[in-house]
Amino acid sequence: MTSASVTSASSTVKVRRSTMASYIALAVSIVVVIALAIGPFAFLTKGNQQNLVTLFIYIIMGTMWNLLAGYAGMVSIGQQAFIGVGAYGVVYAADQMGVGPIAAIPVALVIAGVIGYLVSFLAFRLSGGYFAIGTWVIAEVIKLVTTQIQTLGAGSGISLTAFSGYKPALRIATVYWMGLASVVIAVAVTYLLMRSRLGTGFTALRDDPTAAATLGVNVTRSKRIIWVAAAMGCGLAGALLAENTLRVQPDSVFSVQLTATMLFIVVIGGIGTIEGPILGAIVYFALEHFLVDLGAWYLVILGIVAIIMVLFLPQGLWGLISGRGRISLFPTGYRLMSNQASTTPVANASADTTA
Amino acid sequence: MQWANAVVQGVILGGLYALLAAGLSLMFGVMRLVNLAHGALAIVAAYMGMVLVNETGIPPFATLLIVVPVMALAGWILQRTLLNTALNRQALAPILVTFGLAVILQNLMLELFTADNQSIDVGSLAGASIQITPNIAVGVFPLLTFVVGVAVIAGLQLYLAKTTTGRAMRATSDDREAAQLMGIDHRNIYALATAIAVGLVGLAGVFLGVRTQFNPTFGDVTLIFAFEAVIIGGLGSLWGTLWGGIILGVAQVVGAQAFPSSGVLLGHIVFLLVLAFRPTGLFPKVVNG
Amino acid sequence: MALLEVENIDVFYGDVQAIFGLSLSIEEGQTLAVIGANGAGKSTLLKSIAGLCTPATGEIRFNGERINDVPPHRRVPLGISLTPEGRRIFPSLTLEENLLVGAHSKRPGYWNLATLYETFPLLADRRSRLGTNASGGEQQAAAIARALMSNPKILLLDEVSLGLAPVVVEQIYSALPAIVEQGTTVLVVEQDVNQAMKVSDRVQCLLDGRTVLEGKPSELSRERIASAFFGI
Repeated sequence: MTSASVTSASSTVKVRRSTMASYIALAVSIVVVIALAIGPFAFLTKGNQQNLVTLFIYIIMGTMWNLLAGYAGMVSIGQQAFIGVGAYGVVYAADQMGVGPIAAIPVALVIAGVIGYLVSFLAFRLSGGYFAIGTWVIAEVIKLVTTQIQTLGAGSGISLTAFSGYKPALRIATVYWMGLASVVIAVAVTYLLMRSRLGTGFTALRDDPTAAATLGVNVTRSKRIIWVAAAMGCGLAGALLAENTLRVQPDSVFSVQLTATMLFIVVIGGIGTIEGPILGAIVYFALEHFLVDLGAWYLVILGIVAIIMVLFLPQGLWGLISGRGRISLFPTGYRLMSNQASTTPVANASADTTA
Repeated sequence: MQWANAVVQGVILGGLYALLAAGLSLMFGVMRLVNLAHGALAIVAAYMGMVLVNETGIPPFATLLIVVPVMALAGWILQRTLLNTALNRQALAPILVTFGLAVILQNLMLELFTADNQSIDVGSLAGASIQITPNIAVGVFPLLTFVVGVAVIAGLQLYLAKTTTGRAMRATSDDREAAQLMGIDHRNIYALATAIAVGLVGLAGVFLGVRTQFNPTFGDVTLIFAFEAVIIGGLGSLWGTLWGGIILGVAQVVGAQAFPSSGVLLGHIVFLLVLAFRPTGLFPKVVNG
Repeated sequence: MALLEVENIDVFYGDVQAIFGLSLSIEEGQTLAVIGANGAGKSTLLKSIAGLCTPATGEIRFNGERINDVPPHRRVPLGISLTPEGRRIFPSLTLEENLLVGAHSKRPGYWNLATLYETFPLLADRRSRLGTNASGGEQQAAAIARALMSNPKILLLDEVSLGLAPVVVEQIYSALPAIVEQGTTVLVVEQDVNQAMKVSDRVQCLLDGRTVLEGKPSELSRERIASAFFGI
């Protein structure tokens, strides 16, 4: 796709992004999405569809947390704030504003984005580990304020009624299709963001902060864009959560456990790549089903696995599979191709080699 | 008069927050490491105290002789194994590792002790109080907690200012590489700082367990309150942390007096106001490392 | 036997090689000056001796023992002390506290607070000043005094004159004879060639990470040094 030639005195080097693997990956992805889209007519039961919506939510959550931590270096422990805002927002828009369950999703997204934008001015005053706890406090405040609002059900929560005219099969399929569309949009937007000047700016920043600053990378502005995008993405996940379960309770949609889930998904799958969180979400979803009988031990095991991964396998499972980033299905960086042997990359300047 | 009472009770509650925050402040000061398992460790200590009292019948204060050294040793081991390794990895590693540790500890406690509320029984001391004015009475145990909180902050400050190892800690905090050139092994200094910090968390956890009911998820708010005390007071300043704890305590108790059931929220709002208008805290350290 | 021997070392920063097959040797009690332009590898050489950089190949021997794998904090008790480039005074400690931290290894010897205040009178007046508030000259004097607090066998001085007024440089270098008098071996890295020639028994000139010239100051002409320095 993007391809340019740089000619030096001795040899010609081609800079390109896409590889054969990435074309195949794109083709396979399209086939999978089409198959999933026709699923409700053919091979997916209502239960399957509801479970898959949960998986879609996990993929969106992981992708958003990775956007923050993996690309922009911001570890947030307060992303549950936006899940909660999205969940409450969709119920409020659908039932109280009366825009219906489908149009309510973009409304919830906008609410999450606006709140995300506003709180960024507080959160960005902290950095590193204190940024992490600061975002958590902000999430607590949003939760405590929500539980004071009577029209949102105060402490006991609220039910979504906008689907009452739908037959169950149609309701479930509608939510399923919206979930599928949401995953595609969330992953595609993340991918495009990271390929844009913004994304390459972050790569430059990670490689050499001083040089990047002199080259005019406006760090705070870039971080704020990423932060608002992730707030909207988490709002989307929250909106889907509310529509999938038809019930919103403050203690569950604002639970820090949701952010822990995002962290596990990203760390297990592989931080700093598009593929990692998708793989991580699938692994997390599968583990959750198989280890459901273990109760709290499940989270103990996940915590141990996450620590081991962070310390000894920071590239995650995707890094293991892709051979530490040599294969990239959704390349966000560039590759230098020597003309003499155009099939072997001589150097990999890709964003996904390092976390 | 009830407002004056609320302020007094808030100040005294602030002593507990300062006690909880001292270790967090120390670890950040020495190695720029934010320990997200700080709150969970306090609750581990509270359970440890509870089990000792219930199983052996020893007096609650005697449990400190066991809990504090055990926690300090755990802190030492934690630093020498996980945290020193994490500090050598990418920048996000310490945050991710300590958060993972918090999740592990919380869920282990859920398995061992269930989600039921517990507390450490101190017998008659729990209800004892001193009448200061006809309208203001101060609980003996909360007052004791306050005194211990102030003593811990003062002791820590003295240790850092006057002792050889305290000086080595400050030097390592300023410039780790230059400290190595003085013959200081930063890994030992870090392990010592974490041992002290986690030992103090042990102390704070037992006091917390006597003062309030707790359950395994209590580590979350414990971490948040300790963090708020540190930020309100200003990073890197131990006396600031004490003031931060007091301001948070007063905001919560006075807030609850004004708007019942919103005390915690008003504490958070005071924290956010400080963050918005005085991001370096109200009592910032004069020297930046 | 030489006190310090550096034999054929290669040192890298990531993929970039800073030192190429460099060798060097100092007898006990001698003062050696290593000179060279910016980026010649002088500071890297001192960092390798102090343990902050590890040579990829070659050997560093101190008192005949190989020390390549000894971490920096264990080299101080052996008697190696570096005054790093940029002085690196602990900013939140007073100058006196900076000196006391220098005594962390508790090596016995002539140098202590009293003898150092005598040798660096300007420090005595400024002892309670915070490192961050001290002037460049005060910081440099404190950095050297701090390194001496460990009573080293060899003192490594990195770019003492950098960023200081000539009169301050003179003042600081005037302490050198007192240091050498105690039998301390000194390895000075300098860009200021005149200063280096004045204080040293022997000069070694580096260019692009290699030795290009060495000898006694009296035997080396200005022209030879200039051509070695700039590689012309």
